[in-house]
Amino acid sequence: MTDKREILVTEVALRDGSHAIKHQFTVEQVVRVARALDEANVPFIEVSHGDGLAGSSLQYGLSRTNEMELIEAAVSVCKQATIGVLLLPGIGTIKDLNAAAKLGVGMARIATHSTEADISAQHIARSKELGLLTVGFLMMAHMAPPAKLAEQAKLMESYGADVVYIVDSAGALLPDQVAERVRALKESLEVPVGFHAHNNLSLAMANTLAAIKEGATRIDGSVRCLGAGAGNTQTEVFVAVMERMGIHTGIDLYKMMDLAEDIVAPLIQVPQEITRNSLVLGYAGVYSSFRLHAERAAKRFGIDSRDILIELGARKAVGGQEDMIIDVAAEIAKRQAAVESR
Amino acid sequence: MSRKKVAILGSGNIGTDLLMKLERSKYLEVTAMIGIDPDSDGLLRAKKAGYEVFDGGLKQFLDNAPELADIVFDATSAKAHIRHAKALREAGKLAIDLTPAAIGPYVVPSVNLGEHLHECNINLITCGGQATIPIVHAVHRVCPVSYAEIVAAISSKSAGPGTRANIDEFTETTARGLEVIGGAKQGKAIIILNPAEPPIMMRDTVYALVEGEVDEQAITASIEQTVAFIQSYVPGYRLRTEPLFDGNRVTVVLELEGAGDYLPKYAGNLDIMTATAVKVAEEFAKPHVGAASV
Repeated sequence: MTDKREILVTEVALRDGSHAIKHQFTVEQVVRVARALDEANVPFIEVSHGDGLAGSSLQYGLSRTNEMELIEAAVSVCKQATIGVLLLPGIGTIKDLNAAAKLGVGMARIATHSTEADISAQHIARSKELGLLTVGFLMMAHMAPPAKLAEQAKLMESYGADVVYIVDSAGALLPDQVAERVRALKESLEVPVGFHAHNNLSLAMANTLAAIKEGATRIDGSVRCLGAGAGNTQTEVFVAVMERMGIHTGIDLYKMMDLAEDIVAPLIQVPQEITRNSLVLGYAGVYSSFRLHAERAAKRFGIDSRDILIELGARKAVGGQEDMIIDVAAEIAKRQAAVESR
Repeated sequence: MSRKKVAILGSGNIGTDLLMKLERSKYLEVTAMIGIDPDSDGLLRAKKAGYEVFDGGLKQFLDNAPELADIVFDATSAKAHIRHAKALREAGKLAIDLTPAAIGPYVVPSVNLGEHLHECNINLITCGGQATIPIVHAVHRVCPVSYAEIVAAISSKSAGPGTRANIDEFTETTARGLEVIGGAKQGKAIIILNPAEPPIMMRDTVYALVEGEVDEQAITASIEQTVAFIQSYVPGYRLRTEPLFDGNRVTVVLELEGAGDYLPKYAGNLDIMTATAVKVAEEFAKPHVGAASV
């Protein structure tokens, strides 16, 4: 049954979900989640710090557990699923990729901002040399028009990528915008196209279906929406929707629902709702992992976190620029103090 | 007062910006530009300005007119510098290496330039390194730094093909510099390219975790002293805010505006490299100038 999968799902809760729990995953948690996902016949499971290999930092948040231990643990309990890692050139390096490959991962996703694909050439090439399924991951895709995105995807394909993903890191795209981007990639690439959504505007599922309609065949989901911002396309719901549409994912729906409810839900500290700050991420086009950092900065400076996020969107901050949050917050606080003292 | 003769190897953006900065130097006399493309803007400009121009690479220069320079700036690539370093050493020239080849010792003017004035090859680490290592060292002078992390955000337009093709070189070399020169027990570097239009100025954020009692006043004073020193040769280098203290964590946010010589003002990351190269060469030139005038 698995060899007939029409859509290949990558579960990202153990990577994107790392943001939502401030990078506090333990080996035990990862083992429980990965084993259950494997038993539910999920084909790909991504495990890394939220910002990819070597993301553990003061800038993004320190990992409670060394991610290599988490990766090794996930590999050890999976019988059929392939464990993947994320790598952002500029943060992680080829050394990190080599270390992960040694632990038995089978997939590497090399992520760049949607207009900066050319910094991924050496990492994509190395991933191929290591024999890994290699995915190009174009983040903040709402910031690049379809033709530009297709040009960048083509670069990743030329470096050797087996798949290229359109990544709506801010959860800012609308269904038509997803459709035109997937179409542009399908028209210019030989390799399959994937889509990664965030649910900040409650459009993750709609956008994912728009992507599939245009020919995307690889889809990311996070079980129970355990991902940055308001989370991603909710995997168990997606599996159910695919069944209703007669599209085969090979994933066991009941097992998926059970693991969401019994194993993942208890891990989540705050329910993954679309809070006002998540909504603003999508509305302003801001990288989803900025949310918790902005909330902390707002508290520190006594200002509204939405003002921080809107300003970051206006300044066109890209993924990884968490250091701008404090800077922007300090500026807003200063401005407001000046207004009040007048 | 005779000035020390220098030549520029590499006729790209960096080499050409260097040419314009060197023209203002009181201690250095630029004589030649060496490249491989006779039609490059750098060589055409150099020729027009009346400098000797060599379009056959370093070999042509050393074979024909080695007397034109005692100091050669290498603004080519790390791969080419390996070859260049050997040839320059054999010819008895001082090489100031603006590539990440790191054959010579790492040098940051505010920290260790004085220790290396006898060397024949000087490496300038990376742009992020020149901007942030001095700050880590400024903190370290007051309180030992157990961990230093820097995030360099630069405009996409200012990241050349060399940087893009080997971005790990930036993160790894800068991290090592934070340890070896900055004094941190452990260093980490992150680089981010931002494609926003108009292009962003270079921003650097430095996080340092310090050991023992945190003397906020002394740390701030030490950082301000270092910033003032760097401003003496990179005028567009500045703190965005006062240093922030949170427990044992010190955060410093810097902004770097270029001088706008050949490179646009937003390319502060490239400007700090060329300005630092000139500063280092001047320090080498000064004692000789002094001796000659006695």
